[in-house]
Amino acid sequence: MSVRRLAANQPDSFAFSAESVEQAKGWIAKFPEGRQQSAVIPLLWLVQKQQGWVSEPSIRVVAETLGMPVIRVYEIATFYTMFMLEPVGSHALVQVCGTTPCMLRGANDLKAVCQRRFGDRDHLSADGKVTWQEVECLGACSNAPMAAINDYYYEDLTPETFEQILDEFIAGKPRAPGSAIGRQGSAPEGGPQVLSDPALYDGSAAKALKAIPNAEPKKRGKAKEAAQ
Amino acid sequence: MVGILEDKDRIFTNLYGLHDWGLEGAKRRGAWNGVRLILEQTPEWICDQVKASGLRGRGGAGFSTGLKWTFMPKAEGERPHYLVINADESEPGTCKDREILRNDPHLLIEGALIASYAIRAHTCYIYIRGEYVHERERLEAAIKQAYEARLIGKGNVHGWDFDLFVTHGGGAYICGDETALMESLEGKKGQPRLKPPFPAGAGIYGCPTTINNVESIAVVGTILRRGASWFSGFGRPNNTGTKLMAISGHVNRPCVVEETMSIPLKQLLEDHCGGIRGGWGNLKAVIPGGSSVRMIPAHEAETALMDFDSLSALKSGLGTAAVIVMDQSTDIVRAIARLSYFYKHESCGQCTPCREGTGWMWRVMERMATGEAEMKEIDMLLDVASQIEGHTICGLGDAAAWPIQGLFRHFRHEVEERITNYRAGKPHVQGASLQAAE
Amino acid sequence: MPKAKVNGVEVEFEPGMTVLQVAELAGEEIPRFCYHERLSIAGNCRMCLVEVKPGPPKPQASCALPAADNQEIFTNTPMVKKAREGVMEFLLINHPLDCPICDQGGECDLQDQAMGYGRDDSRFALNKRAVEEKAMGPLINTVMTRCIQCTRCVRFISEVAGVPEIGLISRGEDVEITTYLGSAVTSELSGNVIDLCPVGALTSKPYAFNARPWELKKTETVDVMDAMGAAIRVDSRGPAVLRVLPRINDEINEEWISDKTRFAVDGLSRQRLDTPYIRENGRLRPATWAEALSLAADRLSAAAPARIGAIAGDLQDAESLKATLDLFRALGSANTDCRQDGMALGTGPRESWLFNATIAGLEEADAILLVGTNPRFEAPVLNARLRRRWLAGALEVGLIGEAADLTYDFDHLGETASALTALAKSRSGFAKVLKSAKAPALIIGAGALSGPQGAAVAHAAAQVAKAFGMSWNVLHTAASRVGGLDMGFIPGEGGLDARTMTAKGALDVLFLLGADEIDLSASDAFRIYLGSHGDAGAHAADLILPGAAYTEKDGLYVNLEGRVQMGQRAVFPKGEAREDWTILRALSERLGKTLPYDSLDQLRARLFADHPTFGQIDWAPKGQADLSAIGAAGEVGDAPLASAVKAFHLTNPVARASVTMAECAALAAGPAKLAAE
Repeated sequence: MSVRRLAANQPDSFAFSAESVEQAKGWIAKFPEGRQQSAVIPLLWLVQKQQGWVSEPSIRVVAETLGMPVIRVYEIATFYTMFMLEPVGSHALVQVCGTTPCMLRGANDLKAVCQRRFGDRDHLSADGKVTWQEVECLGACSNAPMAAINDYYYEDLTPETFEQILDEFIAGKPRAPGSAIGRQGSAPEGGPQVLSDPALYDGSAAKALKAIPNAEPKKRGKAKEAAQ
Repeated sequence: MVGILEDKDRIFTNLYGLHDWGLEGAKRRGAWNGVRLILEQTPEWICDQVKASGLRGRGGAGFSTGLKWTFMPKAEGERPHYLVINADESEPGTCKDREILRNDPHLLIEGALIASYAIRAHTCYIYIRGEYVHERERLEAAIKQAYEARLIGKGNVHGWDFDLFVTHGGGAYICGDETALMESLEGKKGQPRLKPPFPAGAGIYGCPTTINNVESIAVVGTILRRGASWFSGFGRPNNTGTKLMAISGHVNRPCVVEETMSIPLKQLLEDHCGGIRGGWGNLKAVIPGGSSVRMIPAHEAETALMDFDSLSALKSGLGTAAVIVMDQSTDIVRAIARLSYFYKHESCGQCTPCREGTGWMWRVMERMATGEAEMKEIDMLLDVASQIEGHTICGLGDAAAWPIQGLFRHFRHEVEERITNYRAGKPHVQGASLQAAE
Repeated sequence: MPKAKVNGVEVEFEPGMTVLQVAELAGEEIPRFCYHERLSIAGNCRMCLVEVKPGPPKPQASCALPAADNQEIFTNTPMVKKAREGVMEFLLINHPLDCPICDQGGECDLQDQAMGYGRDDSRFALNKRAVEEKAMGPLINTVMTRCIQCTRCVRFISEVAGVPEIGLISRGEDVEITTYLGSAVTSELSGNVIDLCPVGALTSKPYAFNARPWELKKTETVDVMDAMGAAIRVDSRGPAVLRVLPRINDEINEEWISDKTRFAVDGLSRQRLDTPYIRENGRLRPATWAEALSLAADRLSAAAPARIGAIAGDLQDAESLKATLDLFRALGSANTDCRQDGMALGTGPRESWLFNATIAGLEEADAILLVGTNPRFEAPVLNARLRRRWLAGALEVGLIGEAADLTYDFDHLGETASALTALAKSRSGFAKVLKSAKAPALIIGAGALSGPQGAAVAHAAAQVAKAFGMSWNVLHTAASRVGGLDMGFIPGEGGLDARTMTAKGALDVLFLLGADEIDLSASDAFRIYLGSHGDAGAHAADLILPGAAYTEKDGLYVNLEGRVQMGQRAVFPKGEAREDWTILRALSERLGKTLPYDSLDQLRARLFADHPTFGQIDWAPKGQADLSAIGAAGEVGDAPLASAVKAFHLTNPVARASVTMAECAALAAGPAKLAAE
């Protein structure tokens, strides 16, 4: 990672769409009064969802919306690496996980695919359709190697399947996210070896408990009072 | 049977998402059952039960969950209490909370209510890493279901007013540190705070706060339903219960699986993952607890148990029980150099040793990986690691030092060999590969 | 009191102290970069590591660790030394070590600490990090490669200055201190980050490459740029004042000074009057002292006593005021005034024109009513104190007058003085706050007291103060004002005030003692100007007597609290210029009214004898005014109460002569225009 800076070319202005405004209100409402600053990361994320990246005018708009000094929002936009500070590919933002667990299972080959097809990382491809990045552990290590494309995870990739998926994105017909080899979540390849006991799923566990183990016989009201 | 744990004792019965993640499905599998009875008990009773179950925090540090809850003030004063659930799962190798968030979210919601009651909080925030977009959407949908069913919210059927909110991060591993998470939640850069004050005294918004890992909270409901002794019946004393374990790397079938604590590492890998690629003999080393613990070599992996005590006796740690397996084909220096890059990338930049040291260590590790380093740099690197370890505000400095220390503890000869081979018969050009890497 | 052992030596300490403070009590100096007594604790530099028992088996950051009873603190164990050496090495690996070309050289914390904890060689054979330069405006020079990311500047600007404009962006080893996209810092206290910066990352731009600290003569004196009387150190080399730094005075400026105090010094070497001038045929020509003094004496003696008068300016020392006053009284004139702005105070008991709560006393205030004042511009350092009280949640502020960004929230009660009358009758809102306050204070600005309705406004304000039991505090802007009023430098019996003296046909001879803030366009008197700068007064003068600026004379100044402080001479007056009182003494001799003092000591003795308050050096009375005796009932008018300071950077002749201040003023006046360029 090098120093994260705002892009040289910036739009003149930014305004939240009506939908984003509603969502922003929802985020702000989650936090106590006077603590609206807590919503800064979600709001910057809304900006990114709306315009694809975080522009300089949008930083000012977020600061104004939340009553924060603009330098604080600037700090946050440059600290958190999910915020793209320059425009990204129109069809796909490809984030290949390159950390050791993925590297052990072939992430370097995926990076090579991207390098070959789209050029240097962190920049728009020549046709403007794709931006690719190497990112740090995305938390899907048992399904390595993997990449997040436009927010969702594509897992258990090989260079071949990865290229297919990329082609689909570029063609505007992306497939559903998930394992490229048909794994069920993080179950081992070939299907789960556990959780096969039908009694777990026959509804018997839903039969209302009459008592819980070690319970003390206490009046409800008293316990609540004690808690208050 | 595969492994040790029987299906009837599994907490996460929808681990792989084969069944309905929603409220109906979760209830059918037993979620929310008896929560009303649990909330009829006192908060102290809940803390006692959780303590008795031996549950230790599942986020890596392994502190007693029940004990942590007792640090909160005994009654709510002027400042409200908060529960914060750490769903910022970012430790390389770790992908267990993700399965809870997307496949068993109601166990987490149920646990959040119970834990909040136990610490006398009426509000809980779940801080989920920003990259888990799908998981966040799933969790938010589940929370909506719970609100609509009046299981949570103001005036809910359980009689304990409780609001549960999801918020998210923006791509920063450091926010998995509890104080950095609090900063981030408050809308600041995720730079860890100094302790004291501790969160139970002054956490988010300066209010008493408890922060727990997703898994720690999600197991609470089942523990209380089935009894503390049921849970403590698994594993060894001081290392009890069941645990989600995530296996990645060079096994035949990587997976996430719930197992009993103290399961032999070898059995875990053989039974659940189809063994090491190329057979057990092909094993080189295992990082057993997420990238931040020291690795153990194959001969130690042979006998290691997946619990706190066994692994710390091997100078490693259980961490998040995220097992990264490396076979003989692994360029182990390169593998650790990649982790060094990770820590350099994720250092928040606040305190000196970590800010300056992680970059230094990574650059030297790159030189080690190519072999162009000098022999004396090995001891220098270890000295630099020791200058970071224990001198930083949070644990990231330690976490950056340990993988390197683990490498040289067990594979120093490989690095030395590489340096010797690299230099054999060629003029030494300093810095060539480093420039390429940057 | 709890006790702790520092390296085996037992010390008692106040509960709540940190380990670092306790160690200092025991005389152990703890190295630090990020920690600063007056800022929040960051704990990020890790230089202050110590070992404590009981505690974990690793070193602890002493700046952030609360000391505990019976704790054992070790500051010199091998573990501590190794830890600090490690931190120092990390700080230096990416530091350019360009001390020979660094302005901080010789007064650099990093340099100093490296002597104790640095290695003699480097193990870091890789390329060092380079950081892009950042623009921070005309005052702060940046060499960001030297930055050690201690964040003192970020904390100062956000916490003390209240203008959150500096931040630490990006993360990890790429973190950088910057303003938002290189905009200038808009705080009036911004220069303090230069002092706070422990390395050479932030240095003084106007002072860049001017001198090494060991070349400088350091003179401890007081500031005259506002009426606070901040403690300063004037650093000079030969005849030139090169820079001004703050000294610590907890009762006044703590350790901050305003940008004007710090950066107006280049004005001391520009526009200077270095020889007497006489106006002939509409043009000023250089003259000798003999010519000049004769001409002054001739004119003064030729006029009737009622037709001569003296107006004193805002930067004058008490001695020159006293000498002028004594001379004019000796000449039989009652026409003397030190209130160029026409302030309606100066008669009656002294407390009516003092800041009675005292500056430090504001720490107790829990409700403050500001009347016709903008403390951020009139006394930036005092404003920082108000902000601190407000930040701590201990202060409510109400404002009557023009609203402005004061760096804290306030209840705006109205623009005009009529809001005073309304407030006195009110029982809700801010009146309720005042009613329930334990130590409410009223701060009235010179702007409110100066207009034609000044006396009426003063009266109305005093009524409010009386109604709510508030302390009466006048926020002067002129450094010489309280001294002048204390010695009665106001019109004598039947004398004219400043405004009338400058009217057409009012006088034959008008003596201007450094008076540059008064409109002289109507005056047709023969105007004698004694002062240091070619400013408004000199431009309008027929005769110029070159005097000394505040750094060029020993002198007494009385600050707004009524605290008498001694200024020291740092350099000699320019060219032919002389210390003001000696000029007056020489003139008095020519007039045959020789002033009865031959030395400054004698003059001071006379001053102390006539006005004993001047003898109370460095002491601020903390009294209360007789509120019924202030001002005069009358129509308060409906003009908005405005601050006396319109352009912060240009309030006096020294500042107006300063290129640096001109640059700042232009920036403040049109930030948008400059940013676009």
